[in-house]
Amino acid sequence: MKDEVQSPEERSAGLKGLGCSRKRVEDVRFTQGRGNYVDDIKLDGMLTGDFVRSPYAHARILSINTEAALAVPGVLAVLTAKDLEPLGLHWMPTLAGDKQMVLADGKVLFQGQEVAYVVATDRYAAADGVAAVEVDYEDLPVVTDPFKAMDPDAPVLREDLAGQTEGAHGPRRHHNHIFTWEQGDKAATEAVLAEADVVAEEMVYYHRTHPMPLETCGCVASMDKVTGKLTLWGTFQAPHAVRTVASLISGIAEHNIRVISPDIGGGFGNKVGVYPGYVCSIVASIVTGKPVKWVESRMDNLMSTAFARDYWMQGKIAATKEGKITGLWCHTTADHGGFDACADPTKFPAGFMNICTGSYDIPVAYLAVDGVYTNKAPGGVAYRCSFRVTEAAYFIERMIEVLAIRLNMDAAELRRINFIRKDQFPYQSALGWEYDSGDYHTAWEKALNAVGYDVLRREQAERLEAFKRGETRKLIGIGLTHFTEIVGAGPVKNCDILGLGMFDSCEIRIHPTGSAIARLGTISQGQGHATTFAQIIASEIGIPADDITLEEGDTDTAPYGLGTYGSRSTPVAGAATAMAARKIRAKAQMIAAYLLEVHDDDVEFEVDRFVVKGAPERFKTMKEIAFASYNQAIPGVEPGLEAVSYYDPPNMTYPFGAYICVMEIDVDTGEHEVRSFYALDDCGTRINPMIIEGQVHGGATEGYAIAMGQEIAYDEMGNHKTATLMDFFVPTAWETPHYTTDFTVTPSPHHPIGAKGVGESPNVGSVPCFSNAVHDAFRPFGLVQSHMPHDHWRIWKIAEDLGLHV
Amino acid sequence: MSKMHIKFHLNGQEVEGLAEPRMLLIHFLRENLKVTGPHIGCETSHCGACTVDLNGKSVKSCTLFACQADGAAITTVEGLTNPDGTLGVLQEMFREHHGLQCGFCTPGMITRAHRLLQENPTPTEEEVRFGISGNLCRCTGYQNIVKAILAAAEQLNAHKAPSSSEAVGQNVEAAE
Repeated sequence: MKDEVQSPEERSAGLKGLGCSRKRVEDVRFTQGRGNYVDDIKLDGMLTGDFVRSPYAHARILSINTEAALAVPGVLAVLTAKDLEPLGLHWMPTLAGDKQMVLADGKVLFQGQEVAYVVATDRYAAADGVAAVEVDYEDLPVVTDPFKAMDPDAPVLREDLAGQTEGAHGPRRHHNHIFTWEQGDKAATEAVLAEADVVAEEMVYYHRTHPMPLETCGCVASMDKVTGKLTLWGTFQAPHAVRTVASLISGIAEHNIRVISPDIGGGFGNKVGVYPGYVCSIVASIVTGKPVKWVESRMDNLMSTAFARDYWMQGKIAATKEGKITGLWCHTTADHGGFDACADPTKFPAGFMNICTGSYDIPVAYLAVDGVYTNKAPGGVAYRCSFRVTEAAYFIERMIEVLAIRLNMDAAELRRINFIRKDQFPYQSALGWEYDSGDYHTAWEKALNAVGYDVLRREQAERLEAFKRGETRKLIGIGLTHFTEIVGAGPVKNCDILGLGMFDSCEIRIHPTGSAIARLGTISQGQGHATTFAQIIASEIGIPADDITLEEGDTDTAPYGLGTYGSRSTPVAGAATAMAARKIRAKAQMIAAYLLEVHDDDVEFEVDRFVVKGAPERFKTMKEIAFASYNQAIPGVEPGLEAVSYYDPPNMTYPFGAYICVMEIDVDTGEHEVRSFYALDDCGTRINPMIIEGQVHGGATEGYAIAMGQEIAYDEMGNHKTATLMDFFVPTAWETPHYTTDFTVTPSPHHPIGAKGVGESPNVGSVPCFSNAVHDAFRPFGLVQSHMPHDHWRIWKIAEDLGLHV
Repeated sequence: MSKMHIKFHLNGQEVEGLAEPRMLLIHFLRENLKVTGPHIGCETSHCGACTVDLNGKSVKSCTLFACQADGAAITTVEGLTNPDGTLGVLQEMFREHHGLQCGFCTPGMITRAHRLLQENPTPTEEEVRFGISGNLCRCTGYQNIVKAILAAAEQLNAHKAPSSSEAVGQNVEAAE
């Protein structure tokens, strides 16, 4: 047999396991247009739902007249809050412990808020119906500035909370205040600040933006009145949690709800939350007895579902005059919009913002975050990041630069002397985390060498001189970033969402002929789970990845899990996959020993088989073992070869990276050109290098967009100014930079295969890197801090304010 | 609203149906004809997810009425697969070079790349980047898409050489 003449190395390569740049199995369907996204679902008699939305940011609703709309041909029903109220569904709980109107109940709190839901035979009739609904509004004073929202005489936004001095996360001290979240040692930090050689202070604003996956959010709800079973297809990053939440708020028993996430056209955090469209579609299907589809338009998406960031971070960083950081203080004002619908683990109302000590050994630190209501859309999702890690990374990486300016030091050197050293891991941070592993100095030196840092600095200095002599109008900026993430939420002991512990799961079934199916509690949105998770199993039990089917997203078949966001799939579900595979391997060992007539301990695993120790010619392949498990009566061993694992990680994982960007900036036009972008990522064990590289390209491009132009902006009346792709910046291939990727490997000590997760690192790391490059270009002229996004106008304005235009 | 009778060639086959005059081509394709390769990403002509090839031009089908396509020859990504069911050259190169992740932009992107390589069979990287700048992708950062299109151009050009075998010739034809 061919198999028997192959060396273990050859057999191992044939598995396409860990470390293989295996081509994606998903792509055969996707490249032919055979994906199955939610809007591709078409059921008999299916109706369409669409929303009447508020044109005002803050207004009282005097009346809603649906008569004309109901007369529109094709319109079957118009739902308002009054219709939902008897069902108790006119409000719904948010993931952050607040509640949110499903349909406007007496007033609206942001422009684009859902006011009425029109159900019609098709999308055109629904649009006609929406246009025919008459709503009488009385406008109210608008607050879009979170600082003004805390003025004593600011308008009351949430009248439903009148008199409530206690919120989901402690005391509320003002009618527009949501929570205060404190971490670290305030007194000790203030004492350090008072006595430090140097204290740099700055306000760092991370502006409001939006994940904007190319596919908007949507669902199809189908209530079968005969069986009493509700099937809900949707763009859900957490299908199991959606099922539980749907059951709790609708009263339908959980076994009678089947939630299916089909193919998802990008998520980036936008598809974690529960939106009014889902609730209204379920109700509409129950009312009409027909399937109801709701899919957002792009404008609906940018205006109403899931903004990200909007953190005003006031920072103070203390250091010795030699540059050793002695303390960090941060007060953040968080603009949450009209409802607190942040998608964070329950005990973390500001997510993992307390990773804001970054990659540095900072002995004392204090963080306080105040959440505030304004007349903007709710959301606060983690746009390709793990719960506010992007905000934290941007904050510390700007503060390091600000401190470098203050100390008149090179920012690369300042980082180097403050990094947590390799021998300090596991490292207890001043804000409460235990960093599992890292080797920052090695990564940093590799990065600086790769880009030729010293040469670049000399070129930059020469350019500056040429600029001063009037020979050029372009400056060079060198952007540096060393970020540390905290991903893989997380240990059930401190991480849950609505009381659901954030474990994850995998079930593996080996078929009699030696191929397999695995099902997970996660759901891919482009990450390539069907490809990579099969690779983990291939390496663990020696079945070729090509012989393993992978399924996710159907709550009737997949084991319960908390879904895919916060780079948690590989750290949590990936660990569950390895653990389930190991259970199978353990049983396979017993079967092999029985078949080989030796003791269990006398066989050992080798690539794809169990071999008798010391007698390599005696073995049983996994294929043979699989068949035996189905056709032989083995004493003391149950038939079949299946396992399931629910994995509760002992800790988060802490991926890190070193990014360096070189940017040319035209002082007169404000235009920029990214000359090079180098990204070194350390995500621990690398499962599929091709997919890792693709994740880095994509995440860095999102970061490029955010840093250089993308924002959700409102005017003072609360009008949304960036609700189409004409105004909301999404880079094309033309302006997107070229990336050079690199890596180091520091395996996670507690993850079964040492993997840490990578999907979000490039967004987290690239935003400060691009932003620092802009700041760095103008550092010689005295620029300390200028808020993102650094679009052409804002960069031009920096130069103008610095007197560089003559 | 009264409906119009619309007939056109779609991926080499004649199709027909009824549509209101206001119905957009993308809705007619997706909802009436159940051709769901082209996607809807913005409905304002910015994202290119709905790109189809219409009479030899790349067209965003969200900004064209279905009735305007009457009598046209339309190719969607479904029409770029080889007759034997294997992946066409562009499709294969997108797979080979990891030129897609979530897959939502992919049908529009490949359909646009198909036309780009007709317009310019030997594009530079810069020309590819400019040539696909009407199609947005949120996952890949474009780098591998550009690589895939350049690789496809190379393959198609190599296959056009006189020495190419018959089987290869069919491949090129299908990809065209």
